[in-house]
Amino acid sequence: MGQIHLEKVRKAFGDVVIIPELDLQIEDGEFVVFVGPSGCGKSTLLRLIAGLEDVTGGKIVIDGKDATELPPAKRGLAMVFQSYALYPHMSVRKNIAFPLKMAGMDKAEIDKRVDYAAKTLNLDNYIDRRPAQLSGGQRQRVAIGRAIVREPEAFLFDEPLSNLDAALRVGMRLEISELHQRLKTTMVYVTHDQVEAMTMADKIVVLRAGNIEQVGSPLELYTAPRNTFVAGFIGSPKMNLIGGAEAGKFNAATMGIRPEHVRLSTSEGAWKGTVKVSEHLGSDTFLHVESPVHDEPLTVRAGGEFPVHSGDVVYLTPEPDKVHRFDANGLAIR
Amino acid sequence: MARNVSPGRKIGTTVLAWFVGLVIFFPILWTFLTSFKTELQAISIPPVFVGFDWTLENYQTIQTQSNYLHFMMNSIYLSLGSTALGLIVAVPAAWAMAFSPTKRTKDVLLWMLSTKMLPAVGVLIPVYLMFIRFGLLDSRLGLIVVLFLINLPIIVWMLYTYFKEIPGEILEAARMDGANLRKEITQVLAPMAVPGIASTVLLNVILSWNEAFWTLNLTTSNAAPLTAFIASFSSPQGNFYAKLSAASMLAIAPILIVGWFSQKQLVRGLTFGAVK
Repeated sequence: MGQIHLEKVRKAFGDVVIIPELDLQIEDGEFVVFVGPSGCGKSTLLRLIAGLEDVTGGKIVIDGKDATELPPAKRGLAMVFQSYALYPHMSVRKNIAFPLKMAGMDKAEIDKRVDYAAKTLNLDNYIDRRPAQLSGGQRQRVAIGRAIVREPEAFLFDEPLSNLDAALRVGMRLEISELHQRLKTTMVYVTHDQVEAMTMADKIVVLRAGNIEQVGSPLELYTAPRNTFVAGFIGSPKMNLIGGAEAGKFNAATMGIRPEHVRLSTSEGAWKGTVKVSEHLGSDTFLHVESPVHDEPLTVRAGGEFPVHSGDVVYLTPEPDKVHRFDANGLAIR
Repeated sequence: MARNVSPGRKIGTTVLAWFVGLVIFFPILWTFLTSFKTELQAISIPPVFVGFDWTLENYQTIQTQSNYLHFMMNSIYLSLGSTALGLIVAVPAAWAMAFSPTKRTKDVLLWMLSTKMLPAVGVLIPVYLMFIRFGLLDSRLGLIVVLFLINLPIIVWMLYTYFKEIPGEILEAARMDGANLRKEITQVLAPMAVPGIASTVLLNVILSWNEAFWTLNLTTSNAAPLTAFIASFSSPQGNFYAKLSAASMLAIAPILIVGWFSQKQLVRGLTFGAVK
């Protein structure tokens, strides 16, 4: 079982408040992603759950037991660090075996579990190598191996993919998702990459300045962002947020329209604009369009190839049922 | 991308490098050669380079005139003793500064280093008087303490830069993996710190071995190390260069051999932290 409940958790370093006061329920078997810009407190929150930082106030309950005062090792959680944090002087085998050795497990059982973990993670050929002799992706797998052998209540991932190159990142993303499906263990994952959050999470927690802005499934956050911050943060490219007269037409202080929800035409439409930059990816075309309705270029996505270039005139029409409306405080109007 | 270097330039820099290397090495080479000459050849003008009658006479004379082994044992005691004492103090100090730094940590480090800027002779008289008072003159213990103190700032600095390089996340990983403090130190920290400690030990041994100011001023015979052994051959009756050279060779030989075998470790130690 891997339930983690945070009750009025607060964290401050001296006078600097990182996390004001926060409640969060993580249910057994969920894949929860903490996402937010750098400095939003997401890593601190993970470290509080891990026990690597002490809470300033509030309670952390793991599996119904108050774990607030428990040392990291007693919480039954395993963590994968951004830098992998492998033990450089130990072989892959010894790295993976380390938590089991610390738990005082007998040798035969350790060997069995390490061999099994190495096999599932395709590490059996590297089992006697040192971390320095491995590639980034292999090191990441060792770190994951070290976490899974313990059969923890929950896994904590602290930006585990940010040190990998783009291609490897996509691969590892899939592997972690598969791992979750197979083990069905609770996973708490921290990232600043909203694509990772969208693709992996059952539940996303969007954080800003230590506050939870919204909690929900990826599609909930995409279709019904609670405020302009979540609207701008979730989705790629970013949602266009337009104020002024255009927003007024929709009875809102700010209107939001995602790049994929703007109809494009070269002859007619609601907003006239000039293409500033066009990005032709083959599968999609992204246009950055300067238009009098907004002082920043609007981003528009067209499926497939849309043959316009810098300087061309285009007409944009937001799909009315896809428009998001926000009030003067930036909160969504439902 | 590698820079394009013309063959001519490559040869030029190679020659220059060898030249600089030889200039640095020449005094040792000359001392080595002189130690096998007769006293007359040693001061002959023009000097002879290799075409002289090689003799072991100087080395034999030295052995009969003084007890080399006695001095060498003292050098070993002093360098190992001061290094051991240094580690006992510096490891926890550097540890604390690296892993739980405070606002003043940098100041403390700089202050420690500033003591190395004081000319040693400035405190000679007070130290000398204290030594008399405590009966430490010409004692190994007294010298061990002095050598330990003068090298302490350097040991702390070196260890500090080493420990700084150990990522905190690895220690946190160990904590997550269930290691208690003792196991965290013995199984994770110590093995990672060993190379750093080893090169610190090596450097400190060399520094203590070569230290001449305090060892000459605070000893007469009982605790005198090899530096005093060399100095004893520069006598008021005139310098006997060949014997002086032989004595020097005998004094530096042990440390030269140790240094040679551990040069890789030593270079790493001296440049660690400066370049990644």
